[in-house]
Amino acid sequence: MSKYDQLTELLLHLGDSAIVQAQRLCELCGHAPALEEEVALMNVGLDLVGQARNWLEYAAERIDDGRDADALVYRRDELAYRNLLLVEQPNGDFAVTMCKQFLYDAWHYEILNSLIHSSDERVAGIAAKSLKEVTYHLKRSADWVVRMGDGTDESHQRMVKAVDHLWRYVFELAQLDETKQSVIEQGILPGGEDLPERWLAMVTQVFERATLGVPAPAPSIYLNGQKGLHSECLGILLAEMQFLQRAYPDASW
Amino acid sequence: MSQWTLFEVFVRSKHGLNHKHVGSLHAADAEMAIENARDLYTRRSEGVSIWVVPSDAITATTSDEKAPLFDPSDDKVYRHASFYELPDEVGHM
Repeated sequence: MSKYDQLTELLLHLGDSAIVQAQRLCELCGHAPALEEEVALMNVGLDLVGQARNWLEYAAERIDDGRDADALVYRRDELAYRNLLLVEQPNGDFAVTMCKQFLYDAWHYEILNSLIHSSDERVAGIAAKSLKEVTYHLKRSADWVVRMGDGTDESHQRMVKAVDHLWRYVFELAQLDETKQSVIEQGILPGGEDLPERWLAMVTQVFERATLGVPAPAPSIYLNGQKGLHSECLGILLAEMQFLQRAYPDASW
Repeated sequence: MSQWTLFEVFVRSKHGLNHKHVGSLHAADAEMAIENARDLYTRRSEGVSIWVVPSDAITATTSDEKAPLFDPSDDKVYRHASFYELPDEVGHM
């Protein structure tokens, strides 16, 4: 059992998912297929860093053990991270990168659309600010999924492989875990009951335009991001992201 | 991305009345060009409206036409409306 209340768990879930996705995007700095695309990817990453800060500052205040948002990001171990399994997966080729971004953006867009009506005013405020950014993230990543899915034979094949590879991690987006059920009951995530259906409808609509099939619902596996049970990819990601603060605690410039 | 088209980007700022050329970029089509322009040229709140135009749709003057086209107006200062006081009601000109 977690030692935090469910609102705090939700804040960690949102903040950690954003920061891990941002870190994956940062890995592409200097490696994107075109200069224009690189700036766009970094913009999305920076938006997510800002959102993570807002969620985690609130989480840190509720945890109230002297740690701030930076301490939560740079000094927490893998088991304490609450992000979606999907976003910790490696970037792979550009099809995997954009498919992962799209699956996350669709979920992110739908959950924020509920959170803007949250009974918790601070949650509603952060969600409203984030939603504008995420609406654009979703348009961009959906466009890329359609472009590649309905593109050349090569790009179509790569998108098919990307969907097949990533689909095993989407059960977390297609189900309501204990934390989400609890915050729905508390009014913190109003209208969250049909979040999985709304996410799947969005994915289905874009995959149809992209001439991609929607796989059968992914079964749950033994991993669970919300409980801190991550794939091996997260530890490696954190080792790089946290290196400086681990090696030189409190370093500043 | 050698197959991508070169586009010229025009941005209208919050206080500006007209779109101004801000640079160029590559994109597969106009829709992607708008998205790329948003990310490249408006990330510091520079704009409220974007135009993109394929660069090859622009016909430009050449530098060897410069003298006959532009020099003759250099000594015709009377063409500037600088000798009149502009009433406030006129607003932007």
